[in-house]
Amino acid sequence: MRYETVIGLEVHVELSTKSKAFCSCKNEFGSEVNTNCCPVCLGYPGALPVLNKKVVEYAVKAGLALNCDISLYSKTDRKNYFYPDLPKAYQISQDDMPICKNGFIEIEVDEEIKKIGITRIHIEEDAGKLLHGAGDEDYSLVDFNRAGVPLIEIVSEPDIRSPEEARLYLEKLKSILEYLEISDCKMQEGSLRCDANISLRPIDEEKFGVKSEIKNMNSMKSLERALEFEVKRQTEILLQGEEVAPETRRWDDAKSITIAMRAKDKTYDYRNFPEADLVPIVLEPEWIKEIKTNLPELPDFKRNRFVKQYGIPKYDASVLTLSKDLSVFFERCAKDYKNPKAVSNWVMGEVLRILKEREQEISNIKFPPEYLRELIDLIDEGLLNSSAAKLVFEEMFDTGKEPKTLLDKLGLKQISDEDAIGELVNEVLANNQESVEAYKNGKSNALKYLVGQAMKISKGKANPKMINSMLLERLED
Amino acid sequence: MNLYDLTLHEVHEKILEKEISAKDLLDSVFDRIDKVEDKVNSFITITKEKAHEAANKIDKKIAQGETIGSLMGIPMAVKDNICTKDVKTTCGSKMLENFIPPYNAEAYERLENAGAIMIGKTNMDELGMGSSTENSYYKVTRNPWNLDMVSGGSSGGSAAAVAAGEAFYALGTDTGGSIRQPASFCGIVGMKPSYGAVSRYGAVAYASSLEQVGVLTKDVYDCAIILNYLYGHDPKDSTSLNIVHDNFIEGLKKDIKGLKIGIPKEYYGTGIDDEVKNSIKTALKAFESLGAHIEETGLAYSEYSLPVYYIIALSEASSNFARLDGIRYGYNANDYKDLDDMYTKSRSQGLGEEVKNRILLGTHSLIDKNYKTHYDKAIRVRRLIKEDFDKSFQKYDLLVIPAYPTAAFEIGGKIKDEAAMYMGDLCTVPVNVAGVPAMTVPCGYNSKGLPIGMQLVGKHMGEATILRAAYAYENNASYTKLKPKL
Ligand SMILES: [Zn+2]
Repeated sequence: MRYETVIGLEVHVELSTKSKAFCSCKNEFGSEVNTNCCPVCLGYPGALPVLNKKVVEYAVKAGLALNCDISLYSKTDRKNYFYPDLPKAYQISQDDMPICKNGFIEIEVDEEIKKIGITRIHIEEDAGKLLHGAGDEDYSLVDFNRAGVPLIEIVSEPDIRSPEEARLYLEKLKSILEYLEISDCKMQEGSLRCDANISLRPIDEEKFGVKSEIKNMNSMKSLERALEFEVKRQTEILLQGEEVAPETRRWDDAKSITIAMRAKDKTYDYRNFPEADLVPIVLEPEWIKEIKTNLPELPDFKRNRFVKQYGIPKYDASVLTLSKDLSVFFERCAKDYKNPKAVSNWVMGEVLRILKEREQEISNIKFPPEYLRELIDLIDEGLLNSSAAKLVFEEMFDTGKEPKTLLDKLGLKQISDEDAIGELVNEVLANNQESVEAYKNGKSNALKYLVGQAMKISKGKANPKMINSMLLERLED
Repeated sequence: MNLYDLTLHEVHEKILEKEISAKDLLDSVFDRIDKVEDKVNSFITITKEKAHEAANKIDKKIAQGETIGSLMGIPMAVKDNICTKDVKTTCGSKMLENFIPPYNAEAYERLENAGAIMIGKTNMDELGMGSSTENSYYKVTRNPWNLDMVSGGSSGGSAAAVAAGEAFYALGTDTGGSIRQPASFCGIVGMKPSYGAVSRYGAVAYASSLEQVGVLTKDVYDCAIILNYLYGHDPKDSTSLNIVHDNFIEGLKKDIKGLKIGIPKEYYGTGIDDEVKNSIKTALKAFESLGAHIEETGLAYSEYSLPVYYIIALSEASSNFARLDGIRYGYNANDYKDLDDMYTKSRSQGLGEEVKNRILLGTHSLIDKNYKTHYDKAIRVRRLIKEDFDKSFQKYDLLVIPAYPTAAFEIGGKIKDEAAMYMGDLCTVPVNVAGVPAMTVPCGYNSKGLPIGMQLVGKHMGEATILRAAYAYENNASYTKLKPKL
């Protein structure tokens, strides 16, 4: 029996508004514990929430960018449950009337465009954070800085058919949200959190199988790995003729397995009902239109533009535009430059490699993009060969200094002086008579050897093109 | 004549004329409190020192020639579910016995900014749940007219304080009659404003969609003065409306010729005491003599107000009071095994029986299985009730109904007559369900000398009309006004 994988993702995104969702406290990651809170976000008696307009604006932005219908009328609801990190003992959320509905994201699978449906986007608030006593310390403390931070929850349709598609969907979603500048989208810090519902069903079967909900996947990679694990686990269960248990499972990244957390058959009754302390969210079509007009260029559009404007391959353009910061970096470098493809090669090659190696973000890069262009110019001018250029690049990455300065400092300046090259060539010719003879007897390979010798003596600094042409000149004489 | 016997506007005149100082007033009120508080039990907390400091400041300001506003230097009381900065706000509950809010409720803050002198926090049924102030964790407030009788509730402490001369006026909250019924029992004026007219910020929420902060005063004129301060948009409360209102005092002086008053028959059925009916009948004659037209009418959906009210109020309460978990503030049972045990013990020990019952009932209405047939249905019927009132106000400027089927009942003695109990809720609750304003105005006494009140109900944001009619009536009522003998 063969099975088809069915995946739906629920993504929580912390919005990067200046203040929290329902009070004027700062919305800031990493502040000292319990400094960004007030009677409202601490759930003090009598305190009342007031919806931050920016939160609505950001949610509408996301909805428009994700091709959703925007509800002109929506409302907030209370989701009731007791937990120490939830000060009011209810979360303000949107239950049956979300602010955005019926959208989609396009991903590219095997060079084909696939649409993944988005069921809904709704506004809600985050909870605080529990800090548990270490070891035998039998207590927990609560940090309420995060309580009341605005979130949007983006729920996909069960349209995703593989762990790879899930990753592509999340990458695209993250990319779009970053372009909109409505969230930091940092999975490690928790400003973008993804839960997955995954089930298997026999191919050609319409009915969905029993699903597991997977939590705690803190990177794109762990999302894909967790789902791959889950596909294997569920397949094995089904092949043995058994049934998958409906449960919530947690991904353990270190052990690379999912672990059962709790059964899903006993669902908690959240007693959702309208939030009477807030008024319905009524939007003016004009306001939505204004937001739509001012939406920034989004990844797909930018990718197509890059192909057209810079003549780079579609693949390059896709990689460069997936991250907004990367695309901006590329464009500042490539703009009005004669050789955009060389820039693209450098950005996709060395820049991405070193970022990964040093575990850094493109946004924190020390040198301005224009320096990379200068570096490529130096290569084009013959002042730097490619291996030396890589050394300069690393130095530039570490120090943020201009390539020309580094060139001198590292003593890497390419030897392109005719006299110096002439001397070098003379030396090589004098010391390698055998090869000279061989060349004259028609063995053209000998030329390569001679060039190599010249480079070796110059410690790689000599301009190989010049050596080549000067050797040829002398040998043909 | 003692100063504490005067009204707010009368003592204001005296301050204005420099006949008396804020300190004189405060001394008079505290003398009165010393004399009668033991009998009446109006207060949970008395803030004597703070009041004296505030009065000193006011007297200095007056001496320096500052313009004297209508509230400056005049002692008042605040129901204990209205947050007062640095002053305990217990809501009549053990749960909040030591709760000191770091902020003022907006309604109180407006008065404080205008120079009001708070003398204390008044007793109430725990978390606003009750109609006799017998459900307070702290004490039972007695009716100043007869100490064996209840003061009404849940704003019983506020009503008793004003009636007993312990404060010139008091703030209260009204979720289903909590201002109007105690005002009626204590023979004073009590106003529940239109939903959205007064900020709820800092008033500890019981049923968010039903309640309003309002005021209990000695007469209609005083009520108009306070409403001028309380009214108006507050950006901290999303449900507060941004509507401009006229000066309520200026509106008082207009006559009521041609005013159309409807008498909805559903509110005069079995269970309403004959003495109450007769008092109101006499009052209606006074209205007629002033040129108003009286006509019988109906509010057919009123009977559904009760189930609608109880489902909505208790559902909202179950959620609103879930925050009382003993973690950030309030009572925490020290001896517990784990998290669930802490929640269970803190709430079991910190909350009273009536509160627990109501929270359970509210939770029951919201669970998945019952939501459609309970809460969801209730909010839909609520719309019909509102429309019923709206239609009525297309024809009438005001509706007049009893404030309660009887005068104050005995402490410890539940109402035995079920019809009277039902009518008791019916008199006050539909007004909250519809969100319209209503005011209790005293209209006589029963054979035992206990006050009787009637309610003037207006259309949404129609307070000016209510005040104008009430003021006209008050100045032309045929009965002799008395004071409680304490
Ligand atoms: Zn806050």
